[in-house]
Amino acid sequence: MRVTQGAFSFLPDLTEAQIAAQIEYCLRREWAVSVEFTDDPHPRNTYWEMWGMPMFDLRDAAGVMAEVRACREAHPQTYVRVNAFDSTRGWETVRLSFLVQRPTDEPGFRLERTEAQGRTIRYAVRAYSVDQPSGRRYGADARKAPAERR
Amino acid sequence: MSIPGSAAAFDAAAGEVVDLKALQAETDIAAPIAELDRDLVGLAPVKQRIREIAAFLLVARAREKVGLVAGPPTLHMAFTGNPGTGKTTVALRMAGILHRLGYVRKGHLVSVTRDDLVGQYIGHTAPKTKDVLKRAMGGVLFIDEAYYLHRPENEKDYGQEAIEILLQVMENQREDLVVILAGYRDRMESFFASNPGFRSRIAHHIDFPDYSDEELLAITETLAAQSEYRLSPAAREAMIAYIPRRRQQPGFANARSIRNALDRARLRQAMRLCAGNGVASREVLQTIEAEDIRASRVFTTAIN
Repeated sequence: MRVTQGAFSFLPDLTEAQIAAQIEYCLRREWAVSVEFTDDPHPRNTYWEMWGMPMFDLRDAAGVMAEVRACREAHPQTYVRVNAFDSTRGWETVRLSFLVQRPTDEPGFRLERTEAQGRTIRYAVRAYSVDQPSGRRYGADARKAPAERR
Repeated sequence: MSIPGSAAAFDAAAGEVVDLKALQAETDIAAPIAELDRDLVGLAPVKQRIREIAAFLLVARAREKVGLVAGPPTLHMAFTGNPGTGKTTVALRMAGILHRLGYVRKGHLVSVTRDDLVGQYIGHTAPKTKDVLKRAMGGVLFIDEAYYLHRPENEKDYGQEAIEILLQVMENQREDLVVILAGYRDRMESFFASNPGFRSRIAHHIDFPDYSDEELLAITETLAAQSEYRLSPAAREAMIAYIPRRRQQPGFANARSIRNALDRARLRQAMRLCAGNGVASREVLQTIEAEDIRASRVFTTAIN
């Protein structure tokens, strides 16, 4: 099941040129761009791991693209996204966030029903991939050892 | 079997003609160079080299049009010269020129020194240098006094790490940024001698000559005009006497010394006007008189 999170996720995967163009757009509006990755695709998982610090004062997408490539190389079978943070007074929030990599095989989510008091049904959404401990999801080489990252 | 570049292949491709003049007009190459000629005094070898680079980029574009191989040319540069010979000024303009020639995408200049690249503890240097490089992408990275990156007396110095990252990016991401190193001639020589990787990755070594006395006078007038001052004829004479004397003094830094001299003359002019009768016309407010310049220490200290 294809995970649809963030902008453009109902479109076919963006090409490198399209990603660069989106980043250009963010930089033109002086948003701070950052790269994050995770192997827990739950829609309410807001705490993705940061690939380095958010990048400030960039003028060209080449720098971000280099980080995106480095992150993909180190974590080939994870979700990688690009966030653009707008620090303008009144916004102070992420203005754009989109996936730039997804694992080749996305098993999707299951719905769990629990019977509570008075036959009430409580629901939970659980990704099949999180049955495995973090680092062993989406294939064996999901994450390299920290020493190999750089 | 046909060999590329052989007579037959050449004849086949010779039909296509690119109008270089039209391409020149289209890319607006002449304007930034004319601007450079107008705004910067002297610096003949520097201007010549910039003209060459501009012509080369034009031809590269023409080659691309007819389908010849057009690999990104290496445009990393090293500016060497004495203090105050305009290295930073030219670097700033270089960013603009390369942008208008379509070689760099954004045309901004990121000016850094050792402190901005080299960290203070293990593991601090790489992110710091990479951060600077990322900021410079699409523009020009200007490293002033680049020889401080290399500290031969301390082999544990983190400068070497910064140098390695720089070299890697200079080689692999040539189309993303242009690196300009600048510094004094002799020290840059020894820097390149101990880092041969740098010398070979830098295509353009541009030497900035010292300004002549006439050029310094022209610079004085340009600087004065920029801040809407002007020299009276007598003050101009005083300046002509001032320049060779200043050159004899220690710490002479070409145009920078001239700028400082002009700043001090402006202070003295202000003092003179305040001490005067309290009436100042637009004319008087603009004019620097001979006494403002003659009061300089340069005229009172004996030349050894």
